[in-house]
Amino acid sequence: MELPLLHLALVGTPNSGKTSLFNALTGSRQKVANYPGVTVERKEGFFVTPLGRQVSVVDLPGTYSLRGRSPDEEITRDFVLGKASGETAPDLVLCVADSTNLRLTIRLLLELKRTGRPMVLVLNMFDIATRRGITVDAERLAKELGVPVVTSIAVRKGGTADLLTLTDEISAKLAAEPQENNWHALSVAELRATQREADRIISDCVSLPASPDTWTARIDAVVLHPVGGLIVLAAILFVMFQAVFAWAQPLMELLNSGFDALGEFVHATLPAGLLQSFLQNGVISGVGSVIVFLPQIIIIFLFILLLEDFGYMARAAFLMDRIMGGAGLHGRAFIPLLSSFACAIPGIMATRVIDNKRDRLTTILIAPLMTCSARIPVYTLIISAFIPARDVWGFINLQGLVMFGLYAAGIASALAVSFLIKFFMLRDYAPAPFMLELPDYKMPQLKSIAIGVYTRAKMFLHRAGTTIFSMMVLIWFLASFPQPPAGATEPAIDFSLAAIIGKALAPLLAPVGFNWQIAVALIPGMAAREVAVAALGTVYAIEGGKEAAEQIGQVLATKWSLATALSMLAWYIFAPQCASTLAVIRRETGSWTWMAVTFAYMLVLAYAASLVTYNVAVALGAG
Amino acid sequence: MTDTNDTRSQMPLGLAQRGYTGIIQHLSAGGAGSALSDIELESRLIELGFVEGARVEVLHEGLVGRDPIAVRVDNITIAVRRREAMAIIVA
Ligand SMILES: Nc1nc2c(ncn2[C@@H]2O[C@H](COP(=O)(O)OP(=O)(O)OP(=O)(O)O)[C@@H](O)[C@H]2O)c(=O)[nH]1
Ligand SMILES: [Mg+2]
Repeated sequence: MELPLLHLALVGTPNSGKTSLFNALTGSRQKVANYPGVTVERKEGFFVTPLGRQVSVVDLPGTYSLRGRSPDEEITRDFVLGKASGETAPDLVLCVADSTNLRLTIRLLLELKRTGRPMVLVLNMFDIATRRGITVDAERLAKELGVPVVTSIAVRKGGTADLLTLTDEISAKLAAEPQENNWHALSVAELRATQREADRIISDCVSLPASPDTWTARIDAVVLHPVGGLIVLAAILFVMFQAVFAWAQPLMELLNSGFDALGEFVHATLPAGLLQSFLQNGVISGVGSVIVFLPQIIIIFLFILLLEDFGYMARAAFLMDRIMGGAGLHGRAFIPLLSSFACAIPGIMATRVIDNKRDRLTTILIAPLMTCSARIPVYTLIISAFIPARDVWGFINLQGLVMFGLYAAGIASALAVSFLIKFFMLRDYAPAPFMLELPDYKMPQLKSIAIGVYTRAKMFLHRAGTTIFSMMVLIWFLASFPQPPAGATEPAIDFSLAAIIGKALAPLLAPVGFNWQIAVALIPGMAAREVAVAALGTVYAIEGGKEAAEQIGQVLATKWSLATALSMLAWYIFAPQCASTLAVIRRETGSWTWMAVTFAYMLVLAYAASLVTYNVAVALGAG
Repeated sequence: MTDTNDTRSQMPLGLAQRGYTGIIQHLSAGGAGSALSDIELESRLIELGFVEGARVEVLHEGLVGRDPIAVRVDNITIAVRRREAMAIIVA
């Protein structure tokens, strides 16, 4: 008889390496980073033990207790207690501890024991503990706690061997009869007593070295210095945006000329006609114009992932706390907002670590204002076309500086909106507390960085191949049909549906300096921001006629005024042009209203910002 | 406020300067003025390891109002705002 699937759950304090362990056991690629609160969802994976037992393991958000005070902690509590809908409690709970920091986990474990679930204490990060000279009497610890104890190194090959063996041993003799669940939310006195008990056990079983991690102390002396720290933070962001331009340029040019050559090849080999136009104008000029931004996307993610895995994120949150608090934001809003630089969707999901509902809502509402990576193609395209690539003060790339400015504008407007929300809606409202563990720095794991970058690049190309491609087909179709009547003298595109739609919308957008081509590009741009770039590529390619093998950037430089370009940049700081973000806002707030509110307020801001930018620019002679 | 005992005088951690080291005497959420209820604040502080007898050291402070502070509690570092740290009485 085949044994039933064994259900394991990974529970532990935040940042103890649960997800690393999950990835090691199941071969998954869930996100790992060195700050508390990375995992906010439950994820299931499967593996087979050395003795052939089929196992399902569930990775859960980290938590300090089972009280469930924020949405992510509730997920963990409900799963462990078997309250999650359609789930039974796990057969075996793996309580994952950071071996260098056992106090909080042992207290959590004592609390978990009350649930009556069979349990194992996994002393993870044992490599770091060993290096620091921490010794743990595992046998004694197991006896004191009444649960098996095993060491593990989740990030090293074979580092989970002991855990696998132990799982086999335990699963063979798991008691069939259900144990009693005596858990109830601990009172302050019980909590205190439990922590005392944990401290006593630790002092009996663990010997700590005299000196703590000196590297972390040395780095923090600079990075958390009241003034120096802010300078370091600004410098890091600054270098990041300079790098996006400086490092990506050669690769981008390579991709660009590749697509050009491909376009010419198609032009030369295929007979003139619809197929040639579709491939050259729709696919290559459209989708290609987005794909050339892959190097930029990779560079920005490389920076973010390195900072995350190194352990800098929690420090940045510390430095920004007062500024964010002044704008009425919860202390834990920083990391979700920072993740939104990559994409607002994981950022909005990460707000689950915020315990207070109103604070969480505010953070969700402003997350889309952070400059996500989908804006990079739009920004870069326009900046490269209109801003000269010269150095200011000898060493700062002007294009990088403008990019930095756009990011800063996004951040400033997010803070401003949050401030207004607080001012008008939540006046009576005291600031929520900020309490965050600052983890020790860790050498970034090459493998997890590589996987992270790879995943992001794949996602980007996948979008280019699906969403962007299908939008491009649509745009190409709209821009090509109906065909002009025989003998028409105007450009063919003037007869197309795209021109008809664009020109109908143009009066609405004329005050902000947008022409009908932009109006057309903005509509499919609702699906995803990069689509606007691709759409402009296609529209101008078709309009330019068959011989035009120019890059979209060069075309824009001749067709748009500087004022229009700046207005477009301003538009994209705010515009709510991402259907998936709106869908996630709907899901996470559980309300259509908040989705509509986000859409409306961002649209209004976008229009207003463009209006001001355009008119100021025209007044200054850039029209 | 002076203390006549031979021990150091008690004070809230929220008033401590950078470099201060001391031992937690007790928690008293009542006067802290946090947005959290007293019970909630005490629970959270204990969950982060702020219990009686723990050794604390103020490692870093922020720029504006020297807030928040980074506190070493035994062998981990926790960032808290001074407002919440007012509930931690040290000596
Ligand atoms: N040296 C070493 N580093 C580890 C080990 N396990 C995890 N890490 C690192 O510890 C950090 C946290 O790991 P995660 O797996 O994200 O931790 P988590 O428990 O899932 O965190 P949350 O989801 O925030 O609760 C990452 O930087 C990992 O690379 C280990 O055994 N040894
Ligand atoms: Mg995790």
